[in-house]
Amino acid sequence: MAPGNALPATGTTAVPAAIATSVCKSFGGLRALDKVDISIEPGRMTGLVGPDGAGKTTLIRILAGLMKADAGDIHVLGGAPGDDLENLGYMPQRFGLYEDLSVIQNLTLYADMRRLEGAERQESFERLLHFTDLTPFRDRLAGNLSGGMKQKLGLACALIKTPKLLLLDEPGVGVDPISRRELWSMVSGLTHQGIGVLWSTAYLDEAEKCDTVYLLNEGQLLYSGKPDGLNATVEGRTLRLSGFSGRSRPLLIRALDSDTVMDGTLQGRAIHLLMAPDKGPDDLDFLDAGQKTKIEIVPPHFEDGFIARLGGGPKGTSELAERYRTVPQDRDYAIEARKLTKRFGSFTASDAIEFKIPPGRIFGLLGPNGAGKSTTFKMLCGLLTPTEGTGSVAGYDLMTARADARAQLGYMAQKFSLYGELSVKQNLNFFAGAYGLKTAAARAAIASVVEVFELGDRLKVDAGTLPLGFKQRLALACAVLHQPPVLFLDEPTSGVDPVTRREFWMHINGLVEKGVTVLVTTHFMEEAEYCDEITLVYRAKQIATGTPDDLKALSAKLSGLADPTMEDAFIALINEHDRQEAEGPGSKAA
Amino acid sequence: MERLIALIVKEFWAMVRDAKMRIVLIGLPVMQLLIFAFAVTLEVKNADIAIYDQSDGHYSSEIINRIAGSPYFRGIVRLNSYDEVRDAINRQRVIAALVIDSDFDAKRQRGTPTTVNLLLDGRRSNSAQILASYLQDIVTKAGMPVTMADREVTPGSIRRNWFNPNLSYYWFDLPCLLVLVVSVSSLAVTAQSVAREREMGTFDQLLVSPLRLPELLIGKMIPPMAISFLHGTIFLIVAQVIFGVPFTGSLLLFYLSLLIYMLALIGIGMFISAISKTQQQAFLGAFMAIVPLVVLSGFANPVENMPEWLQLLTYLDPARYFMEISLGLFLKAMPLSQVLERLWPLLLISIATLGTATWLFRARME
Repeated sequence: MAPGNALPATGTTAVPAAIATSVCKSFGGLRALDKVDISIEPGRMTGLVGPDGAGKTTLIRILAGLMKADAGDIHVLGGAPGDDLENLGYMPQRFGLYEDLSVIQNLTLYADMRRLEGAERQESFERLLHFTDLTPFRDRLAGNLSGGMKQKLGLACALIKTPKLLLLDEPGVGVDPISRRELWSMVSGLTHQGIGVLWSTAYLDEAEKCDTVYLLNEGQLLYSGKPDGLNATVEGRTLRLSGFSGRSRPLLIRALDSDTVMDGTLQGRAIHLLMAPDKGPDDLDFLDAGQKTKIEIVPPHFEDGFIARLGGGPKGTSELAERYRTVPQDRDYAIEARKLTKRFGSFTASDAIEFKIPPGRIFGLLGPNGAGKSTTFKMLCGLLTPTEGTGSVAGYDLMTARADARAQLGYMAQKFSLYGELSVKQNLNFFAGAYGLKTAAARAAIASVVEVFELGDRLKVDAGTLPLGFKQRLALACAVLHQPPVLFLDEPTSGVDPVTRREFWMHINGLVEKGVTVLVTTHFMEEAEYCDEITLVYRAKQIATGTPDDLKALSAKLSGLADPTMEDAFIALINEHDRQEAEGPGSKAA
Repeated sequence: MERLIALIVKEFWAMVRDAKMRIVLIGLPVMQLLIFAFAVTLEVKNADIAIYDQSDGHYSSEIINRIAGSPYFRGIVRLNSYDEVRDAINRQRVIAALVIDSDFDAKRQRGTPTTVNLLLDGRRSNSAQILASYLQDIVTKAGMPVTMADREVTPGSIRRNWFNPNLSYYWFDLPCLLVLVVSVSSLAVTAQSVAREREMGTFDQLLVSPLRLPELLIGKMIPPMAISFLHGTIFLIVAQVIFGVPFTGSLLLFYLSLLIYMLALIGIGMFISAISKTQQQAFLGAFMAIVPLVVLSGFANPVENMPEWLQLLTYLDPARYFMEISLGLFLKAMPLSQVLERLWPLLLISIATLGTATWLFRARME
């Protein structure tokens, strides 16, 4: 399964498929690109990496000739951008698939546009359908394909005539890890034919697999070169702490509060730390984490290099959590799902989902799109009535006290959960009121979050125009104004830059220490690492439940990998489930 | 209560801060006022009329002079044969032709009843209809009844001008325009309200809040209701102060009727909003609703002119009732009993649309 993509290019002196220097582009007052250089070599995977809003799409659109740069020297396939469209393959973020046309009709349309005819066309269709595994679905409407299959069809349409340069704008977005890996191996296979590929992504782990990486942040090029070049800058400063006594979150908070540590994340029961320059494993004595603590130097991730470039992550102590009430721990379970089942007609969206979350824990609902995560989530929010089974949130039964249950939870989704056309202050006022805070209490709660999240000088700004990091802060602020004992988070940090993500989870970690219970739905592996317990939902069923370490250990057994990542575990468990299904329902009992 | 107030305040801000909504709420009524109040009447004021005077005597000249002195006609074209008359109407040189028989003056002098013939261009039936009533008035004042030689003009619609003694088009236009404006703005606002949240992804956020369904519905209904009361009041004032249309009925009845009419329309708007996934769909839905609403109301063409089966359908159109109430309260001090006669069907329609919308809402949340 692992793609063999680290092939060196055949000729190192090859003429770049595209080269651009000092590209600048502004929209109004906003600098989308600020003196960015990029070179895409034929036969190589070039990664364009950066969080949402970094300028990736703008750069790709400029290279594709869809947008004019304000300044800069740009050559694409030996001419100006847009000159040689015959040899350019371009796949925008939401690919221009016609959802009401079938797979084969979409391909035919693109073949017509590219004037590909006769035997050549048939040969190309056969090859691409086989290549994308879409042959069985050739007559299915594109609108009815899964996210992963849509991206594959989009890729097939971009490859109708084999291009010399392929520009892919976030092909992995909205696609589960399995399809993402398949797409990656397909595309990296193309580089063997000498195609120059630009793959843009917000997933930093994908950067490590590229031949060359361009790291963009807020329109500026932070790094370009081989991915290990950036990792080398933090070599020896990335540590893994394990075997310590006590809870991991307070330890992480203590570590981050000190100046010797630049950054840190939870990885199941272990902690991944990035030390300040010139600091190493011997500088961690102050943590006093217990005799059995094991500290080892581990290879750095691309993200470590990125964070170091940005000057480190936020401190560990959350001001928000400090001011939060201590949630009374007066029941065994804060959230319970008992055989939650939802059927729409003959289709079962979620099948006997069952879990119990003790207070002060983070629980993850993990799974590909359409697996039944959000159906389960909506039943627990009281938005859907379960066909069978029941559940409770903070002691309120879902069947009898929906609105009371809803008053006990704070909800936050990464994508557009705020009123963009309202000002920051108006958003805060609305959510305070919607959660029934009285005037004086509302004023106090708003003043408090405004101070914690430093929103003071942006109160009159439209929420929709805030930078992403501030949107994230405002969304969290609105969700916790009423100090709920339970938080529901729906992919809260996918696509945001690592520093903003750290800051967010720093608050969540702090709140959990105050007794808040958190339910996260995600297909984003880094979010899964923060969970105490995870249940993997696939095709409406729970196929595995346990701590992140449990699931990794299980997948290590299944796949034989020595040190599987969360993503490896996800893929191994799903593959195992598919294998069992294929062997027939009878074998399952055995 | 805090929850409801918070929602209403939010809805108002969302409406006011949205540029598209500002256009609907401010630009549209102003535009409608300009177009309907001026463009429509201008056409009739600047019409040319043909006269084929075969009599050419004292009395016929008297009529022609009176027409020439009227501000509604731009010019008079004198013709000398029926062929010329037919040609002038065919080519739309004139919208109407007055034909005076050769024995007109002789008959008049003898004191026997006399008639003049009026030929109207039925293709421009609305303007022709209005002109016919002008001419009828002029000729009647000159002491002569007029026979209608045109097939397309029904006397029924002329009778309405009985309450419009100056024959001013505004008098009919503005009470109708008021209905049109409150309908369009409230439908647009309601249809957009939920659809926008659904498109932006904020609807889920709203649903997971402790707001209950009745609170949600009431919170979404009050802003369009308030907007329509504001528009209604402004038109009430503008019609009287600027256009001089008298309001002869009871204000209390007017606002009561407006309230019930709005409930019916907001029900329709909510229905559209509940089935729309995007603002675009909601906009198209509102557009689809507004056209039959207006056409069947009797504003553009009188209900009496419609075929039987379509007339039956107009009983389902809430705008029809409110249009009648608005005209009645403006022009003829419609008494309580007549208002109530139209209010109870309107109330039934409101219950039906609001009930359906609520049911659909609940169903669509699943």
